[in-house]
Amino acid sequence: MSTSGLLIMIVSVSVVTLLFVGCVWKVLTSPSGESEKLHAADLHTPDMDRK
Amino acid sequence: MARGNRDSWGSRIGVILAVAGSAVGLGNFLRFPGQAAQFGGGAFMIAYAVSFLIIGLPIGWAEWTMGRYAGQRGFNSAAGVFHCLVPHRGSKYLGVLGAIIPLVIFMYYVVIEAWTLGYTVRFARALMDPALRFGSIGDATAFYDGFVGSKKDGAGLQMSWDSMLPWLLVVFGLNLVLIYRGISKGIEKVCRYGMPVLIALAVLVLVRVLTLGTPDASKPEQNVSNGLGYMWNPGKTLVMAEDGKTVLHEVVAPTEEERLQRAGELAAAVPGAQVEQIGVLERLKDPNLWLAAAGQIFFSLSVGFGVILVYASYMSAKDDVVLSGLAASSTNEFCEVALGGLITLPAGVAFLGIAGVSGQGTFGLGFNVLPMVFSAMPAGSLFGAMFFFVLFIAAVTSSLSMLQPGIALLEEALGIGRRASVALLGTLTALGVGFVAYFTAGVKALDTLDFWVGTFLIFVLATAQIILFGWVFGVDKGFEELHRGAAIRVPTFFKVVLKWVCPLFLLTIFTLWVIKNVFGLDLASGQKSASPYVQALVDQRDPVAWMSVGLIVVVGVGLALIIGSSKTYKSELKD
Repeated sequence: MSTSGLLIMIVSVSVVTLLFVGCVWKVLTSPSGESEKLHAADLHTPDMDRK
Repeated sequence: MARGNRDSWGSRIGVILAVAGSAVGLGNFLRFPGQAAQFGGGAFMIAYAVSFLIIGLPIGWAEWTMGRYAGQRGFNSAAGVFHCLVPHRGSKYLGVLGAIIPLVIFMYYVVIEAWTLGYTVRFARALMDPALRFGSIGDATAFYDGFVGSKKDGAGLQMSWDSMLPWLLVVFGLNLVLIYRGISKGIEKVCRYGMPVLIALAVLVLVRVLTLGTPDASKPEQNVSNGLGYMWNPGKTLVMAEDGKTVLHEVVAPTEEERLQRAGELAAAVPGAQVEQIGVLERLKDPNLWLAAAGQIFFSLSVGFGVILVYASYMSAKDDVVLSGLAASSTNEFCEVALGGLITLPAGVAFLGIAGVSGQGTFGLGFNVLPMVFSAMPAGSLFGAMFFFVLFIAAVTSSLSMLQPGIALLEEALGIGRRASVALLGTLTALGVGFVAYFTAGVKALDTLDFWVGTFLIFVLATAQIILFGWVFGVDKGFEELHRGAAIRVPTFFKVVLKWVCPLFLLTIFTLWVIKNVFGLDLASGQKSASPYVQALVDQRDPVAWMSVGLIVVVGVGLALIIGSSKTYKSELKD
């Protein structure tokens, strides 16, 4: 593997990994609005309960 | 106002993992490495990053925004979204594309999903019975041909371990059961558990691959470092004919010295031949490179499928689409670049050398080369089972997402419940899946559907969506809507990207793609050769190719009739 190839690999993998980790961190630490509480119910259509 | 949402996401992380699950698929692990290696890692990654910024992210954000906007007004299907955004009676018919694309892709994708499950079980069985390991690439290819039925139509439809039929029945049933359970209990739950498992298993396989070293001491050039070099080295060395235009050989040795030495030997054998070195800047001038990079970003992120549009419609008004979109995209990129980019080719090169993996297509790499590689590696049955299970999870989370747009359309347009919509869609897709699973000779049906729907129509829908967002919905209104409830802000220059750069770049790429793949003109050399897909229809009049196109047309007309006759969209225009 050439030095330039190694550099490109390290930069590419580092960038996507940092972006991924940063997004996961932000999602887990920032307030999630009302979605966690208000949308927990999975609504059923009437035919799903019909036997 | 139309009708209220019938279903919704249980959590923000759920919708992010669902969209990421939809995006992460076989292409991340099998297609991306091949593309990057073919065009030189460095140059490809530049074009790939640019495409990510001006196509992937903007179209994704536009889809998230339009979907959530329409969802708040009671529409969940692509037809409903377009009808909601554009007050014109014809706009809802654009939604046909948003349903036909995922539906038809599901018909062949679920077949490939069955292959991944079959290979997982094969390697799991090999843990107990080492005789089931593949002894050579020929063994692996013969197994693939029999399993898939690629030599004869219908040959893969036998009830045995080594045939795809039982696995197809399992995965088809599994998809219908999971989609019937709904958004939060079905799709979200699968992705919430499936995606972390996928990443964890892929990291384990990655560690195994990176610690392989040089498996065969008698072949020192076959090692992981050379595999990584083949994938990431930016330079290319070509042997050109006397005319200076025709490429005689592309030398893919891992180091520059080896490349020059090998190229010199090859050039010496042909009178007048010359060695030509191509660096990153020269590569970036090749339109084929941009086409490949943009295409990879496009299909990898699942933009233009109509899936994000539908998924986002089940979000609440205050749910964050900026961070959700970025998080889902970054998950996909991590899986593609950091996992797929480091696993597939290094493993292949370590056991088979560059010649063994060079020029292999997605299926060749995934189902011929890698099975042989895992068979040869220490503890290979375990890691083979893990790798194919990773592919299986990636495929399930993607195929599930392809059913929801159809379910949303049927429920919305016909006013029917989930049981009826799943039954109707299940029947329709069963016919399509049966068609693809039967006509397997040369994987012709699958290939044709993938070309016309999985590539051509996706370009059309994505272009329509970004024009709709930037020019009809309005980029200012869209930007405001995008930031509703957002935890992070999108830089203002993305307004220009959304309105001008993205549509123009997309139209250019689409035009180049049509010139190359439909009219058969090579963009670099200018040489013309008939496109095999057009040739199959026009010159050869291949019945399977025609039936495949017929299937697309029938599904499209059926969906258009459903949309056209629905009162849901008519009544809304009068409000």
